[in-house]
Amino acid sequence: MTTTENPTNSGSAEVAAAGTSEGRQELQLRKDISTKEILRGSGAVLRMSESEVAALAGTQSEDQTMIINMGPQHPSTHGVLRLMLELNGETVLRCKPVIGYLHTGMEKTGESLTFMQGATNVTRMDYASPLNNELVFAMTTEKLLGIDQDIPERAVWIRMLLSELNRISSHLLFLATNGMDIGAVSMMLYGFREREEVLRFFQKVTGLRMNHNFIRPGGVAADLPAGWRDEVLNLLEALPKRLAEYEILMTGQPIWRERLQGVGVITRDEAIALSATGPILRSTGFSWDLRRDMPYLRYDKVEFDVIVGSYGDAFDRYSIRLNEIRESMRIVGQVLDAMPQGDYRIQDKKVTPPPRGRIDESMEALIHHFKIFTEGFKVPEGEAYVAIESPRGEIACYIASDGSSTPYRMHVRAPSFINIQTMPLMMRGGLVADAVAVISSVDPVLGEVDR
Amino acid sequence: MAQVSGGVADDVRFVAKTDYLKTLSNLRTEGFEMCVDLTAVDYLTHPGRTIAPEVADQISLERFEVVVNLLSLSQRRRVRLRVQISESDAIIDSAFDLYPGTEAMEREVFDMFGIKFSGHPDLTRILMPEDWQGHPLRKDYASGNIPVQFKGAAS
Repeated sequence: MTTTENPTNSGSAEVAAAGTSEGRQELQLRKDISTKEILRGSGAVLRMSESEVAALAGTQSEDQTMIINMGPQHPSTHGVLRLMLELNGETVLRCKPVIGYLHTGMEKTGESLTFMQGATNVTRMDYASPLNNELVFAMTTEKLLGIDQDIPERAVWIRMLLSELNRISSHLLFLATNGMDIGAVSMMLYGFREREEVLRFFQKVTGLRMNHNFIRPGGVAADLPAGWRDEVLNLLEALPKRLAEYEILMTGQPIWRERLQGVGVITRDEAIALSATGPILRSTGFSWDLRRDMPYLRYDKVEFDVIVGSYGDAFDRYSIRLNEIRESMRIVGQVLDAMPQGDYRIQDKKVTPPPRGRIDESMEALIHHFKIFTEGFKVPEGEAYVAIESPRGEIACYIASDGSSTPYRMHVRAPSFINIQTMPLMMRGGLVADAVAVISSVDPVLGEVDR
Repeated sequence: MAQVSGGVADDVRFVAKTDYLKTLSNLRTEGFEMCVDLTAVDYLTHPGRTIAPEVADQISLERFEVVVNLLSLSQRRRVRLRVQISESDAIIDSAFDLYPGTEAMEREVFDMFGIKFSGHPDLTRILMPEDWQGHPLRKDYASGNIPVQFKGAAS
């Protein structure tokens, strides 16, 4: 080793003097930063006209503006998101998200967990859609193992069922928090109530409400329990009535429309330039959904519509998510009909532990079971990138393997982390109250932003 | 170069550091509208890595590798670029002007690996505190050697 890092958190005297200040990470005064940075915050890099750029640069003098903190403890910031806003009166001129308050080094942790244990780690990133995280991790591992085409049909369909139900529960959580942020507090109660119904099903299937560790390399951890079909049917029967209630409560309501329509507008080109995916990209009218455009699992076998908006505002993003619940229910209905019989995990001795019954009667099976859960299985050298559509956009996993039983490098492309880059653009020129609507409509999960 | 692992082969290309921006802008005009992911790998303890034999003699392997995933929305395909970054000269051009969405990703790579991006408008730490020493995702960053102190605990 030629350079040795010295990872101490000793901090220089200068920083210590500044108290809780985090220095250059924060939003800087206009006089302290380059024009390029100001223009970046204002979206100039996204092909603004020259006259607009000229109007933006240097028009605001410092004494008319102030920089305030919003978060990390603000209730509308969905966790520990901190926004620094430059305000002129009530108008937001610039905004900078400051993140990292929930950073726990999950990508580093992932390097010391075996591929068998890895799912327990990634499932905690986007805690509102844990099954999608597990799915993308499992699919990447399977691709490295070269078994991605050999996963039993039943496992694939179980994965689809859970992934879609998770999309429903995640969007219900969005409706709840979005309602709360905008002031429709009763919506929060309804959203959480309906989400709980879905989580109850997850608990029945996986044993846990969240952080399931259920989708594992090679298949899923267990078969669906008896009576699962009735549970799902109950859900599918109960939800449409509730969704119709939401429409009455919010969609047609003048206050709701007033708060969301025309707020946080983003165009198609801006969303693409900022790498935004999911409902943000779709709200601009661009029809892009990995489930349809680059199908994985068996999404090419089911019928569903990709919901797009037309104005790219917060209202579009709200109604996209509301209607995506309906599309997910359509998919779940088709999964119920198509669910095949068979194995729920691959019968490859390398990655699948022996069944419980065999352990009681065979010493070899016991040793095999022990080895898989302690040492894990070896994954051939290579690197792979697999992307799927999570409720928040493209979630992807990049794993570089050195041939051992732990990933050499495990990276998760977190949609929330990328999507919050659109906030400064969407907030510019709006009011502080609209900033709340914008944060809410991006629907970031901070566990995933900070990882 | 197509790397075969699993059922579907990924389109992986090795790019020299000096050609990085040129390649990106060519790919952009080719239809890769979105830079969907940008990350890095520290190959300190695994210097030999999977590389197709036909390109193996054309590139010199370095400690760091910046991995860029581009997505073409119109053609529905992906391409992955792997750029070698040496330890002594851990700096690369920023893709910010071509793909503004790489802003946070490049900051994260800088934070976690200490790879600098020249031309980036705001290259500061993004996840770690501003005064943090070292870059956690480097392989020689020893995790767990910071003594955890509990304030007010009886020792």
